[in-house]
Amino acid sequence: MINTLIGNIGHFAVILAFVTSLITAYAYYQYTVVPELEKPNWRRFSRIAFYIHSIASFAIAFALFEIIYNHRFEYFYAYSHSSMALPVHYMISSFWEGQEGSFILWIFWNVVLGLVLIQTNKKWEGPVMVVFSLVQAFLVSMILGVVIGDLKIGSSPFILLRDAVNAPIFQLNPDFIPEDGTGLNPLLQNIWMVIHPPTLFLGYASTLIPFAFLIGGLATRKYTEWVRPALPWAQFSAMILGMGIIMGAYWAYVTLNFGGYWNWDPVENAVYVPWLILVAGIHTMITFKKSSTALKSSIVLIIASFILVLYATFLVRSGVLGDSSVHSFTDLGLSGQLLIYMLFFLAVAIFLAAKHWKHIPTSEKEADVYSREFWIFIGATTLALMAFQVILPTSIPVWNSIVESFGGISNIAPPVDQVGFYTKFQLWFAVVVALLTAVGQYFWWNKMDAKTLREALVLPYIISVLVSAFIIIAGKVFDITYIIVVLASVFTIVANATILTRLIKKSTFKLAGGSLAHIGLGLILIGTMFSSGYSEVISQNMSGLVYSNSWEDELNKEHVLLWINKPTQIKEYTAIYRGRQKKVSGVPELVPVKYLQETDRVNEAIAKADIVVRGKTYFQKGDVVPIVLEENDYFRIDYYKEDEFQFSLNPMSQFNTAMGLISSPDSRRFVNRDLYTFVSAINDFEDPEWRDDEVYEVAPGDTFFIADFVTNFEGGEVLTEVEGVPLFDGDVAVKAKLTVQDYDVEKRLEPIFIIRGQQVGRIPVVDTELGVKVELTNIVPEENKFVFTVNRYQKDYVVLKAIIKPQINILWAGTIIMLIGFCVAIYRRYDEFKKMRDKGLEY
Amino acid sequence: MKKGHLLGLGVIAVAIIIIISMIGDASTYESFSTAKKMMLSGDEKPIHVVGELKKADNGNVEGIEVNPNKTSFYFMMVDNDGTEQKVFYNEPVPPDFARAEQVVVIGSYKTEDLFVADKILMKCPSKYQENDLAQAGM
Repeated sequence: MINTLIGNIGHFAVILAFVTSLITAYAYYQYTVVPELEKPNWRRFSRIAFYIHSIASFAIAFALFEIIYNHRFEYFYAYSHSSMALPVHYMISSFWEGQEGSFILWIFWNVVLGLVLIQTNKKWEGPVMVVFSLVQAFLVSMILGVVIGDLKIGSSPFILLRDAVNAPIFQLNPDFIPEDGTGLNPLLQNIWMVIHPPTLFLGYASTLIPFAFLIGGLATRKYTEWVRPALPWAQFSAMILGMGIIMGAYWAYVTLNFGGYWNWDPVENAVYVPWLILVAGIHTMITFKKSSTALKSSIVLIIASFILVLYATFLVRSGVLGDSSVHSFTDLGLSGQLLIYMLFFLAVAIFLAAKHWKHIPTSEKEADVYSREFWIFIGATTLALMAFQVILPTSIPVWNSIVESFGGISNIAPPVDQVGFYTKFQLWFAVVVALLTAVGQYFWWNKMDAKTLREALVLPYIISVLVSAFIIIAGKVFDITYIIVVLASVFTIVANATILTRLIKKSTFKLAGGSLAHIGLGLILIGTMFSSGYSEVISQNMSGLVYSNSWEDELNKEHVLLWINKPTQIKEYTAIYRGRQKKVSGVPELVPVKYLQETDRVNEAIAKADIVVRGKTYFQKGDVVPIVLEENDYFRIDYYKEDEFQFSLNPMSQFNTAMGLISSPDSRRFVNRDLYTFVSAINDFEDPEWRDDEVYEVAPGDTFFIADFVTNFEGGEVLTEVEGVPLFDGDVAVKAKLTVQDYDVEKRLEPIFIIRGQQVGRIPVVDTELGVKVELTNIVPEENKFVFTVNRYQKDYVVLKAIIKPQINILWAGTIIMLIGFCVAIYRRYDEFKKMRDKGLEY
Repeated sequence: MKKGHLLGLGVIAVAIIIIISMIGDASTYESFSTAKKMMLSGDEKPIHVVGELKKADNGNVEGIEVNPNKTSFYFMMVDNDGTEQKVFYNEPVPPDFARAEQVVVIGSYKTEDLFVADKILMKCPSKYQENDLAQAGM
């Protein structure tokens, strides 16, 4: 039976949330403008409205999860994003795989942040919550799913499958419910995809807070006061957004096979740009707190960071990127709505800023070259230019659509070599930023003139030159660009470390946030330089075999073909592909496919032999074996060095009916490098095209060749029972015992021959790994000969790509240190707020 | 001149460099015939060509030749103007390649007869199709 109740609850909650967000916005507006006497009433009313809105928002999330969790495939969302085979933690990923779910996630975070703000900062409650509620109204409208005439507002996640898809089955049976959903995109079946989207959306949601304080500040003419509460939230937002970006990069590194962690894909750029602007904004806000300058730049940067988040949303969700991005969402026809959302807040922000611009205090005094304000300002400008350089080419598809919507033709395409194109600029900007952070920190903590600056910098400078020299020689960095990167990064690490030790000695750890974040930056730069600049593809064809005598042999073949069991040289390793495996729940190691017999049921197999790992038997022959995601195959590749076994890697690949071959890498982690490998093509042995029969007549003890394999026929054996075939009196069953030698592996193939009266039955053996089918066709007792018919297909193989990524751990360490730096800075500002609150200066 | 002005000029200069470099490095969408003209006139800049795989009358994709080491292949592509072209790609056949509704090849002509793709983008049929639904349900 179709359960329409939960969908109706969800839909009602959406409408309720939409209406209450508008009421809350109006009520908080009234609260802000009415005379003091009426305020308590309006405040109570506004809060109740927001609480109802919160409950409705939580109900939306609950209803959608209920639909996914209980496999209610009568709903389009569950049908298209989930399936029976999914474990619970991936059902959470299904929740936000679709656009609607990710909007709900965003709505959810905004509600949580709104509740926190109401509790902590009562002074700003009115104006801030007006902005919050308006944003909520726009977000909820994206999942409203209301159609008025030709106008469709939002796309509801609670739509029934029969209303979403026009399939003939629904005419026969309107209550038809599919037995299974189409499943979650296999690339998202990864633990990082369970935690990356919530983090990123918390980052997105939290950029609203500094923006809301700013808009509130402008509207209520508190031109300077907004900075105090906005700063810790801006830092929080940059920290979470940064963490989200890093998690995304790490997810890409461990699940995607483009060979790295960052690809300058439009979707990645769209998050990177607001983050840069937000970081620039944090720096100008800190400057303002210290010296009352840079207020206007802070205002511009905070507005820009929020609008860029909306722009990112527009890029990713409107379908405008089309072919130019690997992971944009499918177009739901929301582009107009998204555009209005962005333009509305852009217009409001520009209007308010322009209206109050001349009242915003500025310092007339020209910033001195030896002042920190000057250097911070240069730093913020560099960050803004960095963002500009990325957002401009990323927007090429938008530019094309604008030209086309006015009837023009624009054939500009994004740069072909994305990575090279962006790196060319970002690298030098990053060097400048690193140098500025080093010098800037000295200005920050000391009064400087030319002489003291020189004295202060001499020692860190000498140390960093020495350390750089060591890194350059040890890491064989002989490219002039990279040498400069090393110098700049080491300089920022050394200079900031010097400041850090001094700070800890003199005062508290609380002030160390900046230096820590900057040390992290230096490490990230070095790690990126080594792991990307010096990454090396080692899976080149080293067999010396030339397949076709043409120009293409001169091309670098970046993949290597590994036949099963055949040792192949990959740089210093000898790699041997050993076959496919599955992940079995409860067994600590992967289990070879040849031990498992497929069944009709999802994620279940029958053990063909005892499954034993390190002496312990986990399953016995004939047991039902639970498989974790049965579509996933793990290709075991053993690596040897000078005949000594080193390690195995098991890159994963999934043959997905909807998306074809999905491939995830497996890496060997060393302290100073990663060996990163993934499977780029596999043998398809469903439905093989068998070649023509080859017939062999052999006597027991003979040796012959089956498809290049040395085969020994040991002899026949009369059987008293045959698995799967009941034997009657007078039946004769004989099995032939063949041993096939493939490199160091010996396989037993035992085809069976049954005689029942005048009839003959043959049970051939198929070995998919060797790609052979052997049938015992006849027995000639007079000559003591057995006749075998052999069909060949193809030995199993994988095509592998292997890349060495040096010093990638420095990059990960850098990101962690930077995040710690942010946390320390947030704590410091929060502590400040608490002390002010206790003194009654803030409430 | 004040420092602020100098700084402003510097920012404008960098912004102009960024814009010029973007225009210089941006690729374009071409057809095979315009791409060939570009190659003949000595312009080797990689470009984008949008089209489909060549299909036989029965709808099956034809003309895919995988090299024996399986790490590169040739295929036949028809661009939006209907021009047929043999294309080489120095990577294993992308999964699902034959099912692609639309392909974008990014690269340039190597000789007059052969287009070499540096990168291929594919648009695959949407995940939710009516006939799929029937299969999933049965």
